[in-house]
Amino acid sequence: MKEKPLLEIRDLRTYFYTYAGVVRALEGVNLEIRKGEIFGLVGETGCGKSVTALSILRLVPSPGKIVGGEILFKGEDLLKLSEEEMRTRIRGKEIAATFQDPATYLAPSFTIGEQTSDVIKAHLNLEKSSKRRRLYDRVIEVLKRVQLPDPWRVIKQYPHELSGGMRQRVMIGMGTSCNPSLFIADEATTFLDVTIGAQILRLFVDMNRRYGTTMLIITHNLGIVGEICDRVAVMYAGQVVETCDVDLLFNNPLHPYTNGLLQAIPRLDRDVERLKEIPGTIPNLIHPPTGCRFHPRCPQAMEICKEEPPKRVEVEPGHFISCHLFGKI
Amino acid sequence: MEESLLQVIHLKKYFPIKGGLFGKAVAYVHAVDDVSFDIKRGETMGLVGESGCGKSTLGRCILRLIEPTSGEILYKGMNIADIDRRELWRSMQMVFQDPMSSLNPRLTIGYIIGEPLLVRKMKKAEIKAKVIDLLTEVGLKPEHYGRYPHEFSGGQRQRIMIARALITNPEFIVLDEPTSSLDVSVQGKILNLLNDLKKRLNITYLFISHDLSVIKHMSDRILVMYVGKLMEIAPKKELFNNTLHPYTQLLLTSIPSPRARSYKEKLKDFKIIDLPSNINVPKGCRFQPRCPQAMEICKKKQPIMVEVRPGHFVSCHLYS
Repeated sequence: MKEKPLLEIRDLRTYFYTYAGVVRALEGVNLEIRKGEIFGLVGETGCGKSVTALSILRLVPSPGKIVGGEILFKGEDLLKLSEEEMRTRIRGKEIAATFQDPATYLAPSFTIGEQTSDVIKAHLNLEKSSKRRRLYDRVIEVLKRVQLPDPWRVIKQYPHELSGGMRQRVMIGMGTSCNPSLFIADEATTFLDVTIGAQILRLFVDMNRRYGTTMLIITHNLGIVGEICDRVAVMYAGQVVETCDVDLLFNNPLHPYTNGLLQAIPRLDRDVERLKEIPGTIPNLIHPPTGCRFHPRCPQAMEICKEEPPKRVEVEPGHFISCHLFGKI
Repeated sequence: MEESLLQVIHLKKYFPIKGGLFGKAVAYVHAVDDVSFDIKRGETMGLVGESGCGKSTLGRCILRLIEPTSGEILYKGMNIADIDRRELWRSMQMVFQDPMSSLNPRLTIGYIIGEPLLVRKMKKAEIKAKVIDLLTEVGLKPEHYGRYPHEFSGGQRQRIMIARALITNPEFIVLDEPTSSLDVSVQGKILNLLNDLKKRLNITYLFISHDLSVIKHMSDRILVMYVGKLMEIAPKKELFNNTLHPYTQLLLTSIPSPRARSYKEKLKDFKIIDLPSNINVPKGCRFQPRCPQAMEICKKKQPIMVEVRPGHFVSCHLYS
């Protein structure tokens, strides 16, 4: 029997009701994240990666709304929980996240120690008698875990006194302080320098191996996916087009978009004279293309692609694809 | 023999940090600290380094957008300090990173691109014809002439920036992170465009980026910069096949790559500390606090650039 996935997203729809019209940011997203894996979610700007993360946490900002689908976390539909339950039981405790720019997510006028202990206080019941001491130890432990040099000094510092890499470490530390089952890293290394980013990625791998934290890594960088992820989903215009093992993605990408994307990036491990281009631009999600959303840019588009959205099929075990080229298997 | 188009000799740029009662300089940011190299006609020189290492300052010094503290820059054998800036900018141009903030939102694309020619008192009709030519050359359409920057996407704006740089028929362009703010698929298109233009118009590039895979794709030779200093200069193949400087090695192993999957072992030697500030620069070699192979001498003496193999220069005590 196959183990039930830790997180299962079924047919998720999140729309933004803007002045210009309804932006269909997520249109039927399907994902399964297994326990203990590092799962990558890749795509270009505006494809809905971050909205997926925010939907999982139920933090979609207005005018956005989750209009349909299910988000099953440990078998329980997060969309059916009350806001109160989300806050006390799920966010921070079961599912935590870090975002692209750590500077904007840390409160500027509280020390790192205060902010980190708030998270722990909210979610863990420490005994009253020795509370202060235990809390202090715990904060130090959390900061040590993310390999911050000199945690005793860092807890007295304010966010502006730290560099970008250290802030990101603090964010990750705060996020993982209550040992969440799922940790979401949304473009966590995008703003950082490569050498600092590499340290953060290494930290993710470390936490995954040591504490068994399931990771959802959201990025536009296929290199990061190849380097640390086990499985990956490729998103395009609000839909997941391909889900598979990382090795398969690089060796045998099936979806025309995945293929195009892989050939459009300069890579260190191979030389090409000229990069392949994907014709056209990312569609407007207020009036998305009919049928398959990729068909206007697809080199292999057929008649049916214009009319009918493709179904998600499992071409081989664990390899899902949404494309008419593979619909008939 | 290949001719040097541009020579940079012992270039330094220090920015004063003012403080105290009379605004005296209390410290200096060593943005570019004693950098020397040359660029040959027709090549693409890649300049790679992390944020704050002085890449952009170097690029700006070359165009005289800022004046260096000391050192010389020779362009076609002439010191650029002696050339009139307007004259200089006819044959030298720059494309900046952020096309959003580099285009005046109140001017039309046609005006932005054609402005340098207005100064030269060309006829309006002539300018328009030339601008429209250029628009098609960089992959835009003639009808874009009268539109405003906000009507364009990031990739299109970068094309506009490139057209603006090309209008004076320059021989040399400094590309400062031209694709960093773009999406991967758009990035590919811009890189292809730059390469096509280079072949067709015989332009020399200085390509500045923090992304080593982009640098590798674009460049003939590569400069590696760290906290204001050049660490390694080598032809592309040589740099990747025979990496000498420990910093370049760190940079190479740090780049997440589809086939690597060996972060843990490769990075475990390097200490987890942040980049040093370029105000209080470490004594001796700048990379020494992070370097796994640091020796006693590295803490005391600054290494000098030596040619280890033909065309391959490195500034490290391991090789001197």
